[in-house]
Amino acid sequence: MISYLVNRVAQSLFVVLAMSIIVFAGLYIIGDPVQVLVSPEATPEEIMQIRQRLGLDQPLVTQYFRFVTAAASGDLGNSFVYNESAITVILRHFPATLELALTAMVISILLGIPLGVWAGLRSETWSAKTIMAASTVGASLPTFWVGLILIMCFAVYLGWLPASGRGETRSVFGVDLSILTLDGLSHILLPALNLALFKISLVIRLARAGTREIVGQEFIKFARATGQSPARVIFGHLLKNIMIPIVTVLGLEFGSVLAFSVVTERVFSWPGMGNLLVRSLFLLDRPIVVAYLMFTVVIFVVINFFVDLIYTFLDPRIRFAGKAA
Amino acid sequence: MSFFSSTIATLALSVLVIISLAALFAPWISPQDPYDLMQLSIMDGELPPFSEGADGLIYIAGTDDQGRDVFSAILYGLRTSLSVGLISTSIALAFGLTMGLISGYFGGWVDAVIMRIVDLQLSFPAILVAMILLAVLGRGVDKVIFALIVVQWAYYTRTIRGTALVERAKEYSEAARCLALSNVRILFVHLLPNCLPPLIVIAILQIGHAIALEAALSFLGLGVPLTEPSLGLLISNGQEYMLSGHYWLTVFPGVALLATMVAINLVGDQLRDVLNPRLRA
Repeated sequence: MISYLVNRVAQSLFVVLAMSIIVFAGLYIIGDPVQVLVSPEATPEEIMQIRQRLGLDQPLVTQYFRFVTAAASGDLGNSFVYNESAITVILRHFPATLELALTAMVISILLGIPLGVWAGLRSETWSAKTIMAASTVGASLPTFWVGLILIMCFAVYLGWLPASGRGETRSVFGVDLSILTLDGLSHILLPALNLALFKISLVIRLARAGTREIVGQEFIKFARATGQSPARVIFGHLLKNIMIPIVTVLGLEFGSVLAFSVVTERVFSWPGMGNLLVRSLFLLDRPIVVAYLMFTVVIFVVINFFVDLIYTFLDPRIRFAGKAA
Repeated sequence: MSFFSSTIATLALSVLVIISLAALFAPWISPQDPYDLMQLSIMDGELPPFSEGADGLIYIAGTDDQGRDVFSAILYGLRTSLSVGLISTSIALAFGLTMGLISGYFGGWVDAVIMRIVDLQLSFPAILVAMILLAVLGRGVDKVIFALIVVQWAYYTRTIRGTALVERAKEYSEAARCLALSNVRILFVHLLPNCLPPLIVIAILQIGHAIALEAALSFLGLGVPLTEPSLGLLISNGQEYMLSGHYWLTVFPGVALLATMVAINLVGDQLRDVLNPRLRA
């Protein structure tokens, strides 16, 4: 077990290092950030000075080693645009993204499970068939386009909900949250629903499959035979058993929700990390882009690490395979 | 079970055929060449759907601010979207297939190395990998295709490796080895045809995914260049006019994208059921 862990940690570190080389070397090729920073009237001497100050006149390898040694101590350079530590800028935008992703997960559970259970219990009715057809279409909808349609319907034509931004936030332990104010809630509803769309389809499918499998089993029949109300059977016995695989799958999908939030944030001008990334790409704010990519890679490496760890505990075959090797 | 036993799948297939033909023959059937500035009339700018232009042309999907026919732009956009999806999926399939066959057939350290790379690749969401690549490479049709190949090949490699392992143990491939045929010949003439059916279904569904991913990337401004707009870029361009009520610039390209993806998914699902030996009985 310990050798497996050590192995896995080494593998994770290797991934982070490999990604840092790819990201750094790649970004060096695109654009010259100095051209964006200086005014068009700047003299060649002034441009030279800025290059020296930012360290852009050094060879690529030297720049990379300076980057890695600094990155190891948590310093990913200063943003050219914000003129402060890139990782600070990223961390300031992270809560908004996390809040959006978590709200989307909650929405997908709250909508997906009742619909899926219904479709599983009454699989022959037209309502169940409609739900399943809708989930098939939902899985093939282009997310960003649905976001625009949501804005068009609810913000432009009906005027019920705001089209962009985070609204009023309330600070909890120094982290600003939108879900705690009414104005913030009205702002987060559309983007979270948009981001949840794909996961709702997924949860419906999982809940339906789980329900159909469990409904036929002995303990459900027994619960019914003891005269418990249908509601009690569903909430007390059925839900408890279908929740385990759903929560597992959603946990595994959390990373992809974070990644896809870039698109949703862009559509709804949500001031999160993804929006920051796309803006920084266009402004050639290299430190921010590098910091974003490294931050995301680390998040994913950590998520994958824990997923593997949980699997190792759940599935003895992986453990034994590690021992045999 | 035949493919045409499902009405919905048959309908989806005909929609897909019509869309493909429309994309293929776009230069000949579209009312105007949307990227030839000589043909655009600024006087016809920002017309809603079904308006008549100055020269009598009916714009069934409206026009943008430069007087460009949205319907023609969609046909050209379909061309870009479909060809990006098709080309990237084909190359990824060919590459992934070769890697998977090699991995499954030779085993040992070759297998270990290839499968580690596949694991690594599949542990990151496709959109994240594609975004990183395009952030590094810049925008362009060839770059999008490259990024889509990179995010796709691993699926095929993993799928075909499993099949290749099973097929390798069967008698016909033992017989081929006993005949001292070359490895290349055994791989591509004997193993490949038997590994192909499950891959065809995955590849068709993957074309849909590739088109969707390209649309999202282009929407973010990371995909195709402004000179060759795909459906995603058309939607992105229409976004700023949406708040002023010019819905047709966003809605119609989106409907075209949606129709394409739903049709591909339905055709793929039906093919999977038809080819699935367990359902055939």
